[in-house]
Amino acid sequence: MATQTPTQAVLDKTAQSKPRRLWLDTVHEWLTTVDHKKIGQMYIGYALVFLLVAGLEALLMRIQLAIPNNTFVSPQVFNRLFTMHGTTMVFFVGMPILFGFGNYLIPLMIGARDMAFPRLNAFSFWISAFGGILLYFSYLGGDGLYGAGSAPDVGWFAYAPLTARVFSPGHSTDYWTLSLLLSGIGTIGTALNIVATTICMRCPGMKLNKMPLLVWLYLVTSLMVFVAVSPLTAAQIMLLLDRYLGSHFFDTQAGGSALLWMHFFWIFGHPEVYILVLPAFGFASEIIPVFSRKAIFGYPAMVAATIGIGFISLSVWAHHMFTVGLGAWGNTFFTFATMIISVPTGIKIFNWLATLWGGRIHLVVPMLFAVGFLFQFLIAGLTGIMLSAAPFDWQLGNSYFVVAHFHYVLVGAILFMIFAASYYWYPKMTGRMMSEKLGKWHFWLFLIGFHLTFDFMHIPGILGMPRRIYTYEADRGWMILNMIVSSGAVFQTIGSLIFVYNLIRSYFNGEIAGPDPWDAWTLEWTTTSPPPVYNFATTPSVESRRPLWDLKHPEDPDSSYE
Amino acid sequence: MSLSEAAVIPHSSNEPWKLPSRGVVGMVCLIIAEAAIFIIFVVAYVFYLGKSLTGPMPRDVLELPVVSTICLLSSSITVHMAVHTLQHGKRSACSLWLALTVLLGSIFLAGTAREWYQLIYHDGLTLQTNLFGTTFYSLVGLHATHVVVGLFLLSLALLFSLRGQVTTTHAARLEVLSLYWHFVDGVWVVVFLVVYVFGR
Amino acid sequence: MSATSPIYISASQGWSSLAALFQQAPSSAPTSIFSPAGTPAHSAFTLSMLVLSITLAIFLVVAGLLLYVLLRYRHRSSAMLSVQEPAQIYGSNQIELSWTVIPALIAVVLFLATARVIFSTESAPKPVNALDVTVIGHQFWWEYRYPKLGVVTANELHVPVSGPSGAGQSIPTYLTMSSADTDHSFWVPRLAGKTDLIPNKVNTMWIDPQAPGLYLGQCAQYCGTQHAKMLLRVYADTPAEFAAWIARQQKPAAEDQTAAEGRAVFQHNACINCHTVAGTVATGRFGPDLTHVASRDTIASGAVPNTAANIRAFVNNPAYFKPGALMPPMHLNDHDLDAVTTYLTTLK
Repeated sequence: MATQTPTQAVLDKTAQSKPRRLWLDTVHEWLTTVDHKKIGQMYIGYALVFLLVAGLEALLMRIQLAIPNNTFVSPQVFNRLFTMHGTTMVFFVGMPILFGFGNYLIPLMIGARDMAFPRLNAFSFWISAFGGILLYFSYLGGDGLYGAGSAPDVGWFAYAPLTARVFSPGHSTDYWTLSLLLSGIGTIGTALNIVATTICMRCPGMKLNKMPLLVWLYLVTSLMVFVAVSPLTAAQIMLLLDRYLGSHFFDTQAGGSALLWMHFFWIFGHPEVYILVLPAFGFASEIIPVFSRKAIFGYPAMVAATIGIGFISLSVWAHHMFTVGLGAWGNTFFTFATMIISVPTGIKIFNWLATLWGGRIHLVVPMLFAVGFLFQFLIAGLTGIMLSAAPFDWQLGNSYFVVAHFHYVLVGAILFMIFAASYYWYPKMTGRMMSEKLGKWHFWLFLIGFHLTFDFMHIPGILGMPRRIYTYEADRGWMILNMIVSSGAVFQTIGSLIFVYNLIRSYFNGEIAGPDPWDAWTLEWTTTSPPPVYNFATTPSVESRRPLWDLKHPEDPDSSYE
Repeated sequence: MSLSEAAVIPHSSNEPWKLPSRGVVGMVCLIIAEAAIFIIFVVAYVFYLGKSLTGPMPRDVLELPVVSTICLLSSSITVHMAVHTLQHGKRSACSLWLALTVLLGSIFLAGTAREWYQLIYHDGLTLQTNLFGTTFYSLVGLHATHVVVGLFLLSLALLFSLRGQVTTTHAARLEVLSLYWHFVDGVWVVVFLVVYVFGR
Repeated sequence: MSATSPIYISASQGWSSLAALFQQAPSSAPTSIFSPAGTPAHSAFTLSMLVLSITLAIFLVVAGLLLYVLLRYRHRSSAMLSVQEPAQIYGSNQIELSWTVIPALIAVVLFLATARVIFSTESAPKPVNALDVTVIGHQFWWEYRYPKLGVVTANELHVPVSGPSGAGQSIPTYLTMSSADTDHSFWVPRLAGKTDLIPNKVNTMWIDPQAPGLYLGQCAQYCGTQHAKMLLRVYADTPAEFAAWIARQQKPAAEDQTAAEGRAVFQHNACINCHTVAGTVATGRFGPDLTHVASRDTIASGAVPNTAANIRAFVNNPAYFKPGALMPPMHLNDHDLDAVTTYLTTLK
């Protein structure tokens, strides 16, 4: 089964003269673009900036917590730091970067020219971007630059009635509410675009069961966005009405319910974390097969598992509320639903494992991160099962064990796959390879830092350390562990900076990539790197899930087996 | 940029490749998202029924808004007729049906305004009065806001139609707009049943 | 398999003894969930050992397979394009079925074990001799009321020690909890899992410390600026100690003549608007009850030891120990400050 050279391109081969352009022209082009590739890259760049900012916030917190009774930052500043760190990472790093990759890749992977609604696409980006800037303006917008500022300090989940006017005077909570309302509109717009594009713009022959798994995962993610982000929007409108128009949605003095906010928030919050992780699964389902040199094992099962996860994730939200007094039957139901979601999730891990089995595994940098993802997501899932057992959660909930668990998912699984996706698709976006050597430094430093921080972080939770405390007592036995946890942050910072340096340097010095540097099989690798603005000179037509494999192996195409 | 090689996948399929319309899919997605927002407000309304500590209760102050409801639900029929006539190229009939839709929607809004005037000035019920006031005005108000947006868009369509700028090629877009209007009417059915029938 | 079947009972007894091997020494880890000292904490601990064993087993199997696969199928040459591709396997229905059914079965078993503990903790019938305590969470202190004994105190909870369950000496303490402002959470890990204190909602939980001593914890639901210093101290007293403590707490405030001046300062300042000193004009409910404040080991909800110097510093400026605490600085001159401090130290 020898590989064959793909057929020659029928591209426009007239030499393209590149006139000298004013800097302003370039800025104007990017500001007014409706091209999904540019918008995707703007999302990614924007998210990387916020990754560094929120990472700095984390570093400041870890310095404060390294020793007990530390006075590096005041309690007020610390409370703002953890609120801003969480809010930024979820809404202005995680969501934009994942939707950025989706924006870039989906039309290319389905043989389309752009997204279904290019202007809506641009609008969604800019409104989300404005939301992020509004959130950070809060540092300045209140008491001014000198030692204060109105950054929100109510936690990223902003429980009522702490957010009521009486307990949170001033405008900090309103910055939180408004910036997320805006970015929520952007998210719903992008999700709408993804669904419409996926359903209405696939190239001929690409039936739904022939789409790359990444596209399936983004489709389910986007459908979940409609049902999950809207409850947060509704709850935030209610909060604004309470704070400004004197309504009583969460006003316990008027008979209102603090629990109602929690339900609404977590009806958003739990599917939200699946919205963040499903695209990471999509990256894994594209990258792992290519570097195992095998097709993904069990495509139909993977699709079914994804849809299963999408549905079940809508029914587990109150596992964040095991301690609020739901009653034995309530706690039992949510324990059950949460344990059940481990089944489709496990199916995914097993299918990736089976893809690796019998393959020829190339441990290049994207694959290193994907392997890290596999181990770390396994552990994250298992600590999730521990937390799903309500009586165990009565001890572990709201402690550093939970913080360790969710960072294991967000950093160990999602961020690792974002790194993998970056190294894997950077050549397509820029036409150049990233430095493999710097990539390995990034991987190993970050891996060591990640495990130092987040492995050890489970233990203070077991020893009784709750979340969101700006300091702790010296007699609890938490000091050494906190120091180790804080030390890992240093390695992660250095690793991340190497990554950013690699991104910038490779743009100018990287090896030329060509259209298909990884010998992959999906449609984005059939066009040039970077693709022309129209993506494909002629609309492709496909007969299997791996059109390039069929071309490279005409004697043994996938279409015979599907 | 030097010449680069990229693979081209040849056309091989002769079967027609027909996918759903982007506008319809997009509007359905928007409707799902908006429905989710409304559901949360309905849940809050139902959850707080009977829990107000003071003030007027629903059965004290609410009357069935029969006329408004008939007008709004009929406007679904008229907007459907507008789309139908446009699909068949009858532009002036389309203008007429659109005008009727806008009129019926406006009567609905006027009815809501009258009802609220009564509630605020004669019954003393505001958003701040109690949990019923909070959930009632926010739910009905959210719906009314969606009616306003819909009327604005329908008026625009009416304007273009009267100026002779609308043809059969625009029928698909008008149909997408009518989907939104049907959704707004559907929400009213739920609000009507929850607030005025079961909740009173 | 019912909860009373012999297999189940001996399995859970075997579990408990195995689990006991993992319990920790409490002195170095006074808030460890792995050194339970009461029945709810014990049930959670035993269940946690089951959960940990199952998840550890799953981890060893799956991670082991992953490691094996990476080592066995690793490609060593650097050239990617020139090698033959391995056999392309697209899937297998039997394998998919097996790794759907087996995890589902494990999940069901785990769920049943968990459901049993949920119900045994939350639906346990309340013994008639249980002690009732009402707990009200405030920003940033704990209010304790013993309704049947007429005692009101703050921040340090005294309960009678409770013999092992079923041994006839069980005197659990039933906590009825709510909040006066934002959400809080009562977490003393060695005694029980946490339960939240939520305004306009009443939650209940029970504790039964099996050995006398001091059990530590802290608020576990972010409630504002000084959430970190809303500490918990639960004293499990022997029956004699507890009876003596109750008797002292039931008395009105001590009227020590040497503190007359301080008492006057206290009663002529805003102190009485927020604090209660039983038997005097001070009937404020916003701040902790100070009737027997000198009988406590700590002040500021466990943040600092109860010494005259600390009391003085706190009254002078609460933000010195707890920046963000809701008590404002009282702006007393030094003389009055000393007098009030003396007064407070006499309120035993």
